[in-house]
Amino acid sequence: MLSFEKRPQPSKFWIIFTPILAVILTLIAGAILFSTLGKPPLESLKIIFWDPLFHPNYAAYSRPQLLIKAGPLILIAIGLSFGFKAGVWNIGAEGQYIIGAVIGGGVALAFYPYESIIVFPLAVLFGAIGGFLWAMIPVVLRIYFKTNEILVSLMLVYVAESILISVSQGLLRNPEGMGFPGSRNLNQYASSANNELITGTGLHWGVIFALISVIFAYFIFQKHTLGYQVKLTGEAPKAAKFAGVNPNLIVFFCLGISGTLAGLAGIFEVTGQAGQITSSFNSGYGFTAIIVAFLGRLHPVGILLAALLMALTYIGGELAQFQLQLPAASIQLFQGMLLFFLLAADILVNYRVSRKRS
Amino acid sequence: MDLSTINPALLVASLMISATPILLAALGETIVEKSGVLNLGVEGMMIIGAVVGLFSSIHFSNPYLGFVFAAIFASIFSGIFGIMVLYFKSNQVATGLGLTLVGLGLSSLIGEFLGSQKTELLEPVYFPFLSDLKFIGPMFFNHDILLYFSILLTLILYIFLKFSRAGMILRAVGENHDAAHALGYNVQLVRMLAIMFGGACSGLGGAYISLVRVPQWTDGLTAGTGWIALAIVVFSNWNASKVILGAYLFGGITVLQLNLQAAGVKIPVEVLSMSPYLVTICVLVFISVNGKNSSPGSLGKTFHI
Repeated sequence: MLSFEKRPQPSKFWIIFTPILAVILTLIAGAILFSTLGKPPLESLKIIFWDPLFHPNYAAYSRPQLLIKAGPLILIAIGLSFGFKAGVWNIGAEGQYIIGAVIGGGVALAFYPYESIIVFPLAVLFGAIGGFLWAMIPVVLRIYFKTNEILVSLMLVYVAESILISVSQGLLRNPEGMGFPGSRNLNQYASSANNELITGTGLHWGVIFALISVIFAYFIFQKHTLGYQVKLTGEAPKAAKFAGVNPNLIVFFCLGISGTLAGLAGIFEVTGQAGQITSSFNSGYGFTAIIVAFLGRLHPVGILLAALLMALTYIGGELAQFQLQLPAASIQLFQGMLLFFLLAADILVNYRVSRKRS
Repeated sequence: MDLSTINPALLVASLMISATPILLAALGETIVEKSGVLNLGVEGMMIIGAVVGLFSSIHFSNPYLGFVFAAIFASIFSGIFGIMVLYFKSNQVATGLGLTLVGLGLSSLIGEFLGSQKTELLEPVYFPFLSDLKFIGPMFFNHDILLYFSILLTLILYIFLKFSRAGMILRAVGENHDAAHALGYNVQLVRMLAIMFGGACSGLGGAYISLVRVPQWTDGLTAGTGWIALAIVVFSNWNASKVILGAYLFGGITVLQLNLQAAGVKIPVEVLSMSPYLVTICVLVFISVNGKNSSPGSLGKTFHI
């Protein structure tokens, strides 16, 4: 029998090494999965993890995609990390992301076809406000009525999806779109286009904001009282209360940041990569970001790396779909397994494992 | 708008059908939470049940076997969650979410092999005399066996929790795991069994969607039913007899909004289709304001020996 002995302090070594261990375990499990599906396992892994970066033909297209796809994941996951540290479980980032895109995109569309330098900043601002306000619904309900924020924030994802379907077929539909659902293309409207700032890198405003959010989160957690209070609330709620931390303020702060960043991710996505507000532009980033946040150990730099890895699985997954007809769902499963292995490996951080003779 | 197209007998009958998956999943989750474990993976276990149920029903041309396999596989699937939270001491919220994400991925992978194949349907149970009654018959006595099983299960679990010794041990483990451990009960084993029972129930609920309600595969078929089931458990205040009330209430809203959509009521379709989720939120708020909160004392806490 194995016995687990609680460590007095979390192991510094394993905090860094468990994500790597989880990735290795996922690669092994992935290889087994792919060979079960009748695909060459090593070839599949090479196409997913190596080819997007180094393949002579594909890399030129794939490499910039890395930042484009990682941008929204970083933004959302950084936001989530605040709440997850404090034990405030916002699992409705997907909804905040959608609403940010709808409100921000709506503002940009209202200006069409007027060209001005102010359109894009305004759209971004309203995207952030949209995400923030959507996140305020669970905040108000939790603070005033003590309603469980997990269920409320998740229910609001379904509500947001209904709104998205509605506006992409009605209010925001392209009047020149031959009756097809979906808005005007915001990426082709010069004033709202969120294009690459340096050609061939994938670096657009969303990525810049993502990097700023990483620095901001790092600063808050390392240097600011609020960051300390967030961590304290998560690790020892009673101690936090005695120390005079206002739990309502923490809920407001964590979900507010989370919603704002998710809203930003939404507006950057819809003015950039996605282009249009359609019923399926969202591609589940709000949920994948949960995996990113945990894989990055809720640490800003870790999240940055984890988001790049997750972006790679998206891009490599598309490549494998195209080359090996690997089902799209297998990548989703792959990402889910990564979270599972990570959570299981986490025991090494807090426990010493030894063999016990019985 | 033509409300006369809505047939009340049919409305009640379809209400019962749409409530059954929620009822089954919520009953299972009630047992899990009574043991002190919060499993947020209901949605994932349901959709695994849905896809496995449909797959085996088509494979064996027997929908009843579909339900059996759905329960078995969803139970094994929830066992992974059990091992992780109980023995690897992982965070219950995060692991439950992970279970849902893996379930959604795995199900749509299996679903790709299903295409749009159809399954055989369950035979309605025939009650002598009762099924032949006018109006009442088609309303209550013309359903499949699983629906009656879910109602019976409510009764059984109510009695189990309230009056049986095993139910008492389960509650003790959930209220205070340290005290239960001191009394010599095997906390981990009780919780593992509860989790796997919850998985089986969710699997049956999921299979009910894929084999009865929408007898075909579509990606993300369960569409948040698992999350509504979680909300129902809170709504019922962890009481099996109130779970059925909640499930039928939500089943009613879902069916009513679909009927109103079909009848062309002048309420926007989007508002109608988001109504079950909005109502869930309203009910959660109402409960948290008015209800006495009797959630199990050790709910969501990790047990250390």
